[in-house]
Amino acid sequence: MSRLLEVNQLQVHIRTQHGIVQAVRGISFYLDEQETLAIVGESGSGKSISVKSIMGLLPKNGKIVGGSILLEGKDLSKYSERQMQTIRGSDISMIFQDPMTSLNPTMTIGKQIVEVLKEHRKDMTKTQMKDRALELISLVGISNPETRFDQYPHQLSGGMRQRVVIAVALACDPKILIADEPTTALDVTIQAQILDLMKDLQKKIKTSIIIITHNLGVVANIADRVAVMYGGQLVESADVRELFYQTEHPYTKGLLASIPKASHKGGELTAIHGTPPDLMDPPKGCPFAARCTKTMEVCRQYPPEDMLCGESHHARCWLLDERAKAFRE
Amino acid sequence: MDELFVKAYVDESEKEHIARPNLTALQDGWLRLKKNKAAVVCLFTLIAIGLLAILAPEFSRYSYKETNYDIIYQIPSMEHFFGTDQFGRDLWVRTWMGTRISLLIAFVAALLDLTLGVTYGAVSALAGGKVDAVMQRIIEVLVGIPHLIIVILLMMVMPAGIWTIVVALSITGWVNMARLVRGSILKLKNQEFVLAARVLGTSTAGIIWKHLIPNTVGVIVINAMFTIPSAIFTEAFLSFIGIGMQEPKASLGVLINNGYQVLRNFPHVLIFPAIVIVLIMVCFSILGDGLRDALDPRMRK
Amino acid sequence: MIKYICKRLVYLALTLWVIVTATFFLMKKLPGSPFDSERFNMMSAQQQQAILEQYGLNESVPRQYVKYMGNILHGDFGTSFTYTGQKVSTVIGGRIGPSALIGLQAVLIGLAVGLTLGIIAAWRHNSGIDYFTMIVAVLGVSVPNFVAAALLQYYVALKWGILPVGFWTDWKCSVLPSIALSFSATAMIARFIRTEMLEVLEQDYIVTAKAKGLSPMKVLIRHAVRNSIIPVVTILGPIVVNLLTGSLAVENIYTIPGIGSLFVDSIKANDYSTIMGITIFYSAFYIFVVLIVDIAYSLIDPRIRLAAGKEG
Repeated sequence: MSRLLEVNQLQVHIRTQHGIVQAVRGISFYLDEQETLAIVGESGSGKSISVKSIMGLLPKNGKIVGGSILLEGKDLSKYSERQMQTIRGSDISMIFQDPMTSLNPTMTIGKQIVEVLKEHRKDMTKTQMKDRALELISLVGISNPETRFDQYPHQLSGGMRQRVVIAVALACDPKILIADEPTTALDVTIQAQILDLMKDLQKKIKTSIIIITHNLGVVANIADRVAVMYGGQLVESADVRELFYQTEHPYTKGLLASIPKASHKGGELTAIHGTPPDLMDPPKGCPFAARCTKTMEVCRQYPPEDMLCGESHHARCWLLDERAKAFRE
Repeated sequence: MDELFVKAYVDESEKEHIARPNLTALQDGWLRLKKNKAAVVCLFTLIAIGLLAILAPEFSRYSYKETNYDIIYQIPSMEHFFGTDQFGRDLWVRTWMGTRISLLIAFVAALLDLTLGVTYGAVSALAGGKVDAVMQRIIEVLVGIPHLIIVILLMMVMPAGIWTIVVALSITGWVNMARLVRGSILKLKNQEFVLAARVLGTSTAGIIWKHLIPNTVGVIVINAMFTIPSAIFTEAFLSFIGIGMQEPKASLGVLINNGYQVLRNFPHVLIFPAIVIVLIMVCFSILGDGLRDALDPRMRK
Repeated sequence: MIKYICKRLVYLALTLWVIVTATFFLMKKLPGSPFDSERFNMMSAQQQQAILEQYGLNESVPRQYVKYMGNILHGDFGTSFTYTGQKVSTVIGGRIGPSALIGLQAVLIGLAVGLTLGIIAAWRHNSGIDYFTMIVAVLGVSVPNFVAAALLQYYVALKWGILPVGFWTDWKCSVLPSIALSFSATAMIARFIRTEMLEVLEQDYIVTAKAKGLSPMKVLIRHAVRNSIIPVVTILGPIVVNLLTGSLAVENIYTIPGIGSLFVDSIKANDYSTIMGITIFYSAFYIFVVLIVDIAYSLIDPRIRLAAGKEG
């Protein structure tokens, strides 16, 4: 069964002046048509780097050192820069976190939308492109498209700018839209609007979405499936309901527990003690071993294998091994 | 492996992992500067030049003004490392004497600049309100005046000499420093960490000493670093067109002027002082750039 | 906007006034007078008095000042002492040509070479050409223009005889002086745009552009260069200053009949009215350029032009 996107054992290294950081240490996930996958994790877990590798947008000191990225069967990790240029913006699009800085301040927004059309839709005439741009501006919920077309980014509010960014990304009807923390920089009310917009557009354009976030509320709102990353590895993945109600991995449990509840008045907030591991010298066992409350000796010595714990629910945790039954009691 | 499925002992310290050792801004800046090889080379070159300027004339038996018409225009030799000029004067001594004077003028002028500028700028920024508004207006008017013109005019009016040049250079130079210092303090005053310090109960004096000054030092040092070559250049320029230092006193500008006059036949008279002045300017420039990069917190990756 | 321009014009007038006044009183303090020549001393007291009257030098200093300010407003800058009889404004007017030509050529060379070097250096950060550009930039700013001009003259003109040594006889005479004058401009522009570009290349919208599938060249030109070039306008002020001061030495060395050499000659001859005239001319020119630059900048940067934008 050929999936839309298949990432297998992806490994990415980043060369810094102090040494090599193993940012992504062998992760695998997939994406089907018209579904939304959320990738969750803390800063430094490797989530941003993973999706940037899919787009071929790694920084100069970053490199894919292992694994494959299959888009409809073709391995993107082996593509040349030229080949990637044809994919970016047309088959796969990406939107970023900060709408205030994602748009070129000296170009009108109309021009910025038309630019991506010019690049990939050379079959369209200038008028057709402008019409399409106006259409997109309305589609993302901005009124007065004619006026907005000639305006500059600083004349729009943050929420509107993010809508424009989405319009640019969806202009060529991409198969996959990657959204890297698209709502983190926005006010809470606007966040909800943008997520609704994305869901709406997904139905209309029939695109698949990968959304990166550290906010579980966003995950609950928009995701079909979830993948949790920690220390450069994928520690748990499942359908969204499974993840919230049948959580298996201690890290995911910790994340869920740390969400403050309105009903819990007074007392301390539950947090996971400690800080993420140093990926220049990654721990040889499970990356979460140092902070887990249920660590076993085996966790510190051997990296846990990928275990199936439910219908398409995977987790990397030794606790799921049969031999841990005694310990679990 | 089965036996490993038992509770593990985890050290508390393993949980927290600090990515980098903690350093103050200045320590961090110094470390980063040291890594910039070009800047370090320049620093040592400047020190070497400084030492030569102080010591070389003292250890030579020739004086900078002693003329000897028997040995005019000699090319460099063991006797005269840089050769002699049209009056038979030893160029090695004259060059380092000239460097001494040029450097002296530049440093003193930069120091005066600094004192005047920092005081004015700091007072203006700290006082705030009407006082600041007035002082700021004055600066805005002064900043529009092209320095060199005023310097030249002053030079024409006052008697020639080292102190004249120093005064002339300082009179117009402080304005820029004042502007930068004022800007920096104003920016810092309004930043959140000052607010945080206040909330934590730090006194006003404490805020000035512990927060405002250390962060402004960077701006001051960098600006001073660029004022010195500017002063050297201006002095050399003035001497070159004839209104700076006068013969037989030497400064780099005087020497270059001298050399230019006999360039056609005896290039060595121009080359040596030219090389020295270019070296000094280049080194200050690179060092200044290096300092600026080293002290810029944004460059910490 | 109009309010802003008016405010600036007021400052301009104020600054000019300060300069003129300062220069005037400084001139009066000049040791020696323009008439310290033997011929003057040999004249009878009566003749001396007559000449002093003619130039208005017999009145009290404050009165001379008031008269002078009044005259300026009519465009009369007095008469030159060295070019006897000629009005300062005419003398200056006659020498603007060569200075303007060389200045303009220097700016054009500076822009062409400086922009190219700076842009390539930033694009290929830490490569060979980046270091080369940095060296050029540092040298351009550190080698005093008179040294560069002298060396150019020595090698290119004297030794190799490719271009003329000086004077102003045909177009070839403007080449070396323009090149000598352009060094500092080139260095400043290259260094500036390199810094701007390096910062721009770190911006998020560059990544967005790449994510659209644009080729690196298109990203560079349409987004990076376009945004970096706008601020270059702001260093035109310091560049003009450099050109003005540079011209003093360069015109001297190449014997060009421009305003720079006129200034130096007037200083040596104590010709105060000409010195004053040129001082006012230079200052007004500089301040004016700064004003134009500021206005231009606010017009070409859309963020400032349409500053009514809402913040969201």
